[in-house]
Amino acid sequence: MRVLCAALLVGVLGGAAMAGEIVMNGSTTLLPFAQSAAEAFMKANPGVKISVSGGGSGNGIKALIDGTTHIANSSREMKSEEIEKAKTKGVTPVKHVVAFDCIIPIVHPSNPVSNLTVDQLKNIYTGKVRNWKEVGGPDKPIVVLSRDTSSGTYEVWEQKVLRKEPVSPRALTVASSGAMIQTVAKNPLAIGYDGIGYVDQRFVKPLKINGVDGTPTTARNGKFPTARELYMYTNGEPKGEVKAFIDFMKGPNGQRYVAKEGFVTLKP
Amino acid sequence: MDAMRGDRLPRTLVAGVAFTGIIVVGAILVFLVKESLPVLRDASLMEMLTGPYWYPSQEEPKFGMLPLWVGSLAVTGLSALMSLPFSVGLGIFLSEVCPRGLREIIKPAVEVMGFLPSVVLGFIGMVVIAPHLQERFGVLTGLNMLNASFLLGILMLPTVASLTEDSLSSVPKEVRDGSYALGATRLETTFRVVVPYAARGIGSACILGVMRALGETMVVLMAAGGAAIIPESLVDPVRPLTSAIAAEMGETPVGSSHYHALFFMGLMLLVATMGLNLAVMALERRRRV
Repeated sequence: MRVLCAALLVGVLGGAAMAGEIVMNGSTTLLPFAQSAAEAFMKANPGVKISVSGGGSGNGIKALIDGTTHIANSSREMKSEEIEKAKTKGVTPVKHVVAFDCIIPIVHPSNPVSNLTVDQLKNIYTGKVRNWKEVGGPDKPIVVLSRDTSSGTYEVWEQKVLRKEPVSPRALTVASSGAMIQTVAKNPLAIGYDGIGYVDQRFVKPLKINGVDGTPTTARNGKFPTARELYMYTNGEPKGEVKAFIDFMKGPNGQRYVAKEGFVTLKP
Repeated sequence: MDAMRGDRLPRTLVAGVAFTGIIVVGAILVFLVKESLPVLRDASLMEMLTGPYWYPSQEEPKFGMLPLWVGSLAVTGLSALMSLPFSVGLGIFLSEVCPRGLREIIKPAVEVMGFLPSVVLGFIGMVVIAPHLQERFGVLTGLNMLNASFLLGILMLPTVASLTEDSLSSVPKEVRDGSYALGATRLETTFRVVVPYAARGIGSACILGVMRALGETMVVLMAAGGAAIIPESLVDPVRPLTSAIAAEMGETPVGSSHYHALFFMGLMLLVATMGLNLAVMALERRRRV
């Protein structure tokens, strides 16, 4: 793979504008819409080849630092240690917001609770609150579901809800967004969280946070406490076909795929 | 001269292939050690092996792997307890008791079970067994050690049963005949003569099955619950080493301590499976003597 990337990179450096190849790597969160947008872009610009892979935000950023990718997809901002490492290698990461994601707490449809404050969520996830009756529900234990501590979705939860406190070790971890919906839908005592694109109200019940509904509007204006931006990172200001693709991604044609995959577009 | 060359060529080829295998295994070991050692900058060996908290990406990370390796051992041990008696029993049944016609059906069926992708089993654990456990037995979550162990048990059954059957079938006919000639019944022959004769083969079949369970990733990732705690009951969720590696590797910054810690887990697993392998080899050697 790395050899292939390097070969592609050499190909791009030697190629002319709009007749090159773009390598894109990174977060699996962005993968669905990045993939379809890339396909549409290639159809519109037959001279350009885009290869998309989803090795995770960390791997994408690593590839950008190593110069083996043009665009790093990331569901989180680069960590300061990553930016420093990039600088020592002569790479200047530039951030492009391409979509919004909205992480929504979810419970089983039979659960009477419909609103929690950020502090209540925090207490549930750190293990201080262990019974639904403490947050206005039935006298039943809470089954806390979380994502892996290294997933992009968890990092949003960690920043905005847990605020640096560790999640209770008793919390169950599920491996993917789809598995989260599955698990919550099957367990009346569970609470979990998932990206707005995955929350299907036929199976799970989304909760308000601090009285705010998780909707595209509240995600864009930042009113919903657990909304986040999704990024594409480039090395320096993008040029040539990379710039064309980033512009395409942010434009109406690219944003169509953002909406189609259940994320929140830059503009309504 | 020509005959010599004709002899030498296949020998060289086979030796070359075998040697490549050894080099690959050696390279993997070197790679694992090299990638896992840097974690010692941030956590001592003692802390990793006995620390109770696994918070690898916290600002002050904690690399305690105790719940993880205990989880691995617990889920593997429980699955062995549930599955081995049944698997060995099935092997004995197939080899000694089963009428030939029925065996022609059961044996291929068991072998096909071995081809069952583990992700399918994991999925069954998630959507069928877990809700069932919650509704019928009122446990907090059906994604737990019991569920995962049950699935791992199913996974190791074909290997153990068919290897047991193989080692029983390879017991020489003279041994059985001798036993019958001494007036032993079929039951006595099976359990006093044939099974003890094949005991080491059955033992290594069991160890191979256990290794299969210890290294299995998808099933535990999907069905074990993934909470990094030391289980206190059969229905507590666990997070075995394999599922921690699979779940965390994709999103961790390459070169971070967390990344190296995951390689250290891989090394732990490799050492464990190597230990089991050596046990098998020791058993086999004793059999030959």
